[in-house]
Amino acid sequence: MKTKDNQGPLWEVFTQKKQGQPFRHSGSVHAYDKTLAIEAARDLFTRRNEGTGLWVVKSEFIIDVQPEEADSFFEPAKDKIYRHPTFYDMPDGVKNM
Amino acid sequence: MKKNTEQLELEFQEKIDNEIKIEPKDWMPDAYRKNLIRQISQHAHSEVIGMQPEGNWITRAPSLRAKKILLAKIQDEGGHGLYLYSAAETLGVSRDTFLQWLHQGKAKYSSIFNYPTLNWADMGAIGWLVDGAAIVNQVSLQKTSYGPYSRAMVRICKEESFHQRQGYEIMTKMARGTKEQKQMAQDALNRFWWPALMMFGPHDSDSAHSSQSLKWKIKRESNDTLRQRFIDKTVPQAELIGLTVPDPDLELQPNGSYKTGEINWDEFWNVVKGNGPCNKQRLAHHKKAHDEGRWVREACLAFAEH
Ligand SMILES: [Fe+2]
Ligand SMILES: [Fe+2]
Repeated sequence: MKTKDNQGPLWEVFTQKKQGQPFRHSGSVHAYDKTLAIEAARDLFTRRNEGTGLWVVKSEFIIDVQPEEADSFFEPAKDKIYRHPTFYDMPDGVKNM
Repeated sequence: MKKNTEQLELEFQEKIDNEIKIEPKDWMPDAYRKNLIRQISQHAHSEVIGMQPEGNWITRAPSLRAKKILLAKIQDEGGHGLYLYSAAETLGVSRDTFLQWLHQGKAKYSSIFNYPTLNWADMGAIGWLVDGAAIVNQVSLQKTSYGPYSRAMVRICKEESFHQRQGYEIMTKMARGTKEQKQMAQDALNRFWWPALMMFGPHDSDSAHSSQSLKWKIKRESNDTLRQRFIDKTVPQAELIGLTVPDPDLELQPNGSYKTGEINWDEFWNVVKGNGPCNKQRLAHHKKAHDEGRWVREACLAFAEH
């Protein structure tokens, strides 16, 4: 924020559509503080009953994986196919498995 | 190991060809970034400037029902602007810079909003034709290659469907009303039909940005394809409510598609260049609202820092 006239910092908005469902990223808003941020998020992302829950978090606090590092970062999961049920040989005729 | 630009460009195009979305931190060619910045911000400005012609009728809406609907519709458009500004900002330009470019005339918005709204039926014509044309364009853009733009389009399309319906409902009511009301509806159609067709931009053969945009899948279909889709959807809707499309050359072809007369491109370019009926008024109003809101922004900022 350089000047005295701006739209405030950026916040990421997460909404929960129905009780019990996971929160999902909806988008972002500019706002000056947390009260204004959550009100702006409500007005922008839940105007049609799309929310039973709402989170906002300042975008600067989001930690993410850089695209260049993604390959090596997620690499450890690649060769562990035995974590999937389809890896295992099952005798013909086995039921309820 | 650092990859050279040529390699990066190849990998980039491969992703695009395989329908893999490009995300903000992914490598992208400078021209792709610039092209997106131009297109998304222009789209955002259009949503926001587009609130003015309809805002003109809020206080004179003919019923409380009509007023509530119009307010909700205009509020949606403001929201669309915000989704799109956020998508554009992920490309590394700040919200304030986008507004600055708009005020300096460096950024454009859709020319359709430089036409005045003269009677209540114009609220019908805008919802039906202007939002109708926007929907055809935006449905196609849901598949655009840039992730944040695509996600904004999906959200916007969900919200748009009521916009067109409320407009068509106004037109239907007026077309079936008194003789004077029907005349107003026809007059609104006469004034908005051609500018609505111009919303899709120049013919493919004259479109400066088109072929590269299609190759990068920023745009998924050409201007003429989208325009024809809109025409073919809309002409029967006009006929259904007894209105006449103001085109003496309009002709239904054996393949079910309509042939139209030529668009007045001199008018189109004249409005793009700033000489439409309301260009100055629209921009001046936006600047004024922004300037008059400055003290609010400053107060909020002071309070937040305090
Ligand atoms: Fe919109
Ligand atoms: Fe709309």
